[in-house]
Amino acid sequence: MSSATQNPLRVVLYEGPGGKALESQRKVDVLAKLLKGGYQVTCTGESGDVSAPDGSDVLVLGEAEGQDSPFSQSTSTGVVSEGEEVEVHFKDISGQEPETVLETVSEVGTQTESYTPGEWKPWFPVIDFHRCTNCMQCLSFCLFDVYGVDAESNIQVKNPDKCKTNCPACSRVCPDVAILFPKYGSGPINGDVVNQEDVNREKMKVDISALLGGNIYDLLRDRHEKAASRFSKERDEGKALKERIRCLKKLQGDSGIPEEVLMSLPSMDEIQTKAKQAKEAADAALKAREERKNEG
Amino acid sequence: MTQPRILYCHCAYAQVVHPQVKADVLAGLVESEKAFEAVGDLCEMSARKDPALQRLVSGDQPLKIAACFPRAVKWLFDAAEAKLPEGQVEILNMREDAAEEIVPKLISDELNPQVFESDEDSNSETESKEAEV
Ligand code: SF4
Ligand code: SF4
Repeated sequence: MSSATQNPLRVVLYEGPGGKALESQRKVDVLAKLLKGGYQVTCTGESGDVSAPDGSDVLVLGEAEGQDSPFSQSTSTGVVSEGEEVEVHFKDISGQEPETVLETVSEVGTQTESYTPGEWKPWFPVIDFHRCTNCMQCLSFCLFDVYGVDAESNIQVKNPDKCKTNCPACSRVCPDVAILFPKYGSGPINGDVVNQEDVNREKMKVDISALLGGNIYDLLRDRHEKAASRFSKERDEGKALKERIRCLKKLQGDSGIPEEVLMSLPSMDEIQTKAKQAKEAADAALKAREERKNEG
Repeated sequence: MTQPRILYCHCAYAQVVHPQVKADVLAGLVESEKAFEAVGDLCEMSARKDPALQRLVSGDQPLKIAACFPRAVKWLFDAAEAKLPEGQVEILNMREDAAEEIVPKLISDELNPQVFESDEDSNSETESKEAEV
């Protein structure tokens, strides 16, 4: 994922004065192409009105009509938004196939050094703060620095892009069913309503060991080591891989941790160090919260 | 009454919303000839704290959103420091509901404000916590 400070290009599909109303199917096809490419598009309708700039450079697309069309004027203008200068580009897309329109948008995006969408699959935890009690279980559980705390020692998702794609494991250690993964397959992790059954469910309890009948990291280390020693003797790599996958199936089934994550776990030493660091961060946050509570 | 703004999420990077539902909702919006905002993937924008999310929640016009589960959408905006205005938002769930059900609600000027289960839960939890003290 690119830097959060790099804004994406804002596309405006203009159908106001001086621009034609696009034929419905064509408009759907152009929009679907741009949205699939990860772009955001403001559709003005016949009014041609556009909400205020937000700091992103703007590309106005449309089909020119008449002499006073915005598309017959300059291709780029500087305007000021909240003290920042944003560029406004105009492109007439008359007769262009949706694929060509996407290319045009992508070219302007490169030219304006805007954020390029689609480089990262957005998979990360989202916290429901109506449910979260700041118990820090997630902070102490995650090995990948996804969680952190803010200045008031409240839990936050600090590094969403460090989350392992398709791994919902931390949502299962949250005792309050407060962690969502909007792109997960089933509820309540996908954001569906949380019912009492979910709260009571054994795998939702704080006790991480209840998940797997032992400390999860001990178990992972154990499997990792066993697999490593067994597979170092294996000549047939394909067979070894199959075997390793079979070994990990139960663990995966119980925890919902994807194969790729288990297969790419760091070394035993690294796991130990990271688990220790995560635990320390969680303990420090809990202590700071306790102190703040006592002061207050 | 002020006309609600419309936001449509295409959920570009996952298959969690059925493609036909997305296509039909988008087609319905286009047919309506209304102005609307469409985004590739709200999740991705939330992770980047995209400033567009703040633009989308600013102003006093109510907002109608076609995306997925309301609880997910609410906290995605919250994570991006763009809180959804209370009582001014209606979220339509393309993961659960059919396009024929969603489109008329999305383009209607009438707002059916979202009530979050978690609001109720947390209210009753707070009440019971207070009662314990
Ligand atoms: S485990 Fe759940 S309740 Fe605890 S801090 Fe994390 S999100 Fe909040
Ligand atoms: S908000 Fe929902 S519909 Fe939109 S990208 Fe995220 S998971 Fe998909």
